Parts: sequence; C-alpha cells; structure tokens
Amino acid sequence: MPAVGSCYNAIREVSPVSDELMQKIRTVIAEQLGVDEAQVTPEASFKDDLGADSLDLVELVMRFEEEFDMEISDEDAEKINTVQDVLDYIRARQA
Amino acid sequence: MRRRVVITGLGVVTPIGNDVETFWNNLVAGRSGVGPITAFDASDFPTRIAAEVKGFDPEAYMDKKEARRVDRFIQFAVAATRMALEGAGLKITPDIAERVGVIIGSGIGGLATLEENTRALLERGPRRVSPFLVPMMIANMGSGYVSILFGAKGPNTTVVTACASGTHAIGEATEMIRRGIADVMIAGGSEAAIRPLGLAGFTSMKALSTRNDAPEAASRPFDRGRDGFVMGEGAGVVVLEALEFAERRGARIIAEVAGYGLSADAYHLTAPAPEGEGAARAMRLALQDAGLRPEDVDYINAHGTSTEYNDLAETQAIKAVFGEHAYRLKVSSNKSMIGHLLGAAGGVEAVATALTIARGIIPPTINLTDPDPELDLDYVPNVAVRADVRVALSNSFGFGGHNAVLVLKRYDPGPTVETAKEGVAP
Repeated sequence: MPAVGSCYNAIREVSPVSDELMQKIRTVIAEQLGVDEAQVTPEASFKDDLGADSLDLVELVMRFEEEFDMEISDEDAEKINTVQDVLDYIRARQA
Repeated sequence: MRRRVVITGLGVVTPIGNDVETFWNNLVAGRSGVGPITAFDASDFPTRIAAEVKGFDPEAYMDKKEARRVDRFIQFAVAATRMALEGAGLKITPDIAERVGVIIGSGIGGLATLEENTRALLERGPRRVSPFLVPMMIANMGSGYVSILFGAKGPNTTVVTACASGTHAIGEATEMIRRGIADVMIAGGSEAAIRPLGLAGFTSMKALSTRNDAPEAASRPFDRGRDGFVMGEGAGVVVLEALEFAERRGARIIAEVAGYGLSADAYHLTAPAPEGEGAARAMRLALQDAGLRPEDVDYINAHGTSTEYNDLAETQAIKAVFGEHAYRLKVSSNKSMIGHLLGAAGGVEAVATALTIARGIIPPTINLTDPDPELDLDYVPNVAVRADVRVALSNSFGFGGHNAVLVLKRYDPGPTVETAKEGVAP
C-alpha cells in the first residue's frame, strides 16, 4: 500500500486540480456506498474495504458516468477496483 | 390434533402512526390520516389526497446503505417486522432460524422504483436503468429482504392478491405453522403505491374519492356520501407462533388465529360478485375452519373501502352469513381513518383486530354521518365503543375477485392445551 499512498501524495503536491477531482470522487463514493468519507482512502478497495457488492459497483460506475460526463465501458469498469483506480481512469480520460 | 397458532408480536407503519401504540391510540380516537398528497405534485389529478405515512425514517430500522438499496415498500416491511419481533421478544438465533419463515404480501411492489427507472429508460436510454431496478421492484422482496436482514431461514414466499394480499399472507403463514413446517412466521403486508402512476391508474378506474376539499372526510365507508376509496400506504406485520412454541418460551399471547377462509368471485376484474356471494363464502369457510358458529362472532373488521359497490356487497354478504345475528354484532372500517393500504391493508387490519380483542375496544367507522338506508348494520359510527370481543373476523377482498377472511379469537388456554403440547413437532 505505501506505494499507492506515496503516489497519491505526489499527485497532491503537484496537482491541485487532481486534489479537487479526488475530493469529488471521494464524496460521490461515500454517498453512493453509504460509507464515511474518511474510509474512502485512495487505496481502499470497493469490494474488500467499502462493502460494495456487484450491484453496487454497476451503480457506482453509472454514477461516475453521470458526474464526470463520460461513458465507461464494461471492460474498463472491470479494471476499476480501488478509489485510486477511479482517479487515474478519469484523469487519463480527461487528459 | 391440529397445531394452534397464536399472535405474539405486532408491528405497523401507518398514516396515523409509525408504531403500534400511536396507531392504536389514533384509531380509537377516530383520527383521520388523510391529507393533500405531498409525495409529488398532484395538481393535474382529479384526486389530490391520500393517506400518506408521515415522518418515516428508514434509517431508524436499517443502516443508511441498506435503506438506499430498497424500495419504500420494503423499508416499511422491515420497520414493521423489527417492531413485531421486538414486541414478541423474539430473537432469531441460529438454533431456531430454520423454523422461522416469512410471508409479507404486497399488491403492487416497488412502484416508485419502477417509475423512476421507466423515466430513465425513456429519457436517457437503457444504460441508465439501475441494477437495483429488479430487486427493488419485485413484490416478493419484502419477504426476501426481511429474511436476509433478520436471518429467518424457514419457509419464505409472498402473496400478490391486490387488496387481499396481507390477509392471505397471514392465513397462508398460519397454514404453514399448522402443517408443521415452521414454528414461527413473520406475516403481513406492505405497500407504497402513492405515486403518479398508481394514482393515475386508480383515478382512471373512478375508484378514488375526489373529496379534495375535505380530505379527512373523504374516506367514509358505509355512509351515503361515500364516493370512492382513499389510497393509503404502510405495512402491518404480525409474529405468528405455534402455541406450544410460544408457551415454551413464555411469550405474551395477544390473540389466536382460529380460522382462515378464502374464495374467488369468478365474476369480474374489479367489481364484487352480486350480493357479495364470494365474500360470504369466504366468511363461512373461515368460521368452519375455526369450528365456530356465526353467533359466536362479536365483531367484523370490515374490508369497508368507502366505494359504493364494496360497502353494499360486503353488507349483503354479512347479512347472508349471519342472518339476524348480523344486527347484533359490530362492524367497523379502519379504512375510514387510514385509507386503503391495498396489499398492506390486511396486515394492518389484523393488527387492529388483535388489539380490539386484547383491549376490548372497537375502533369506530369515522365520517359515518349520513347512513345509507340500504346499509343498516351497527358500523360503530364515529366513536369507539368498549366491548367484550371474544371472536372477530378480518375481511379483505382484492381486485381479481380474491376473498380472504381471518378469524381471530381471544386466547384461552382451555382444556386443549395439554393435547396441543403432546403434538409438539420435533
């Protein structure tokens, strides 16, 4: 996990835009999964740490599509397992 | 010897109270739960009133995430179940889990969920339909979700018979305990259909009261001025137990389910059979099942919807079954206060009937100020009465011609207790 954590720190330092984006992602996830925002750390896994089941994941991806105005294919959605994955995916798509 | 079935727990979410005591006090006080619709803008509808549940907080009964994943009708079912189990002092531990079942009926299921997702589909396409549409909408999920949340691993099914669902659910659950395939059943009904689509459907049928200027006077069963029913919502759940199971754990017994009768009109989609023929047969069969005579009945918790046809046919049916005794027993309609809870009606009304027996007070039929000359029974107009109620019927009749009747009886240990104990299932 430290690797992911340090990566996140690095992003925070260099990119306030990503910081804002990360905040929005965390808020959406907390709301959607009914968890405390504090639990939504970058390395948190939706299934293992945030208690999401397969239906929650489908709905979460739909919510990301809405919030960030993009279409996420089923193939891509399968690769999104952690909060950091979401940030990376959205940043890559927005770049 | 057939196993005896008793009621040991009650739970309700209703337009006049979201717990049993508040509900009962308002029922006895004759308070109406009908008002202008607040759930959505109903200004385009001919009927703009309903009996809505007020101030219901699902998170008082389940965690936030669970509450978000289920439809309102399921939230009601969970809340009523939690109350009923707490009242019964029953915790579903692993050693009894497989002997505890659930039948919670619903006439319609998750209508809000269906509406929202239909809109999403039509306006934004199939990718916007929620993965929770199906599990939230299906009418059996009240039973399913209650079993998941409370760990009830016994018989689990549902009943969808429109406005008779709740009564059928309790009757069928009783039969399961009698058959010996469960010792405890969580049974009743749940409904949350006060939605634009539900309202439009019932208004198109001309089934609803349009007394928009006087909501509290709109539901007036057996009154000459009745002009249709008022939609209600909520849930009513009872905990049923085999008598020996309840006695063994020292449970407080509220009433006994003595009989269950059911029939079909085989007549029309929505209209009752002439003279209430099907309803009369269901009442006779229920009494026969209970081993009681018509003269034994003190009170009937009527279906009493406040529609022209139901109240007439039901009155005729009561006269056909009870003859002269029809004028001696008392009849009243909870719907005059709570509106018509559709699939939940039988659940809530069974709760009210059990309390009527246990507490010796018959809730009134409110708004009965101008008696219909054709309807000449004692409908307990406007004011509750104290009465020794030993045997009571609870009637429910559903679109499709489904008739269901429960006979509830004051619990009397009587001489049959020892015999019943010998029949304890393993």
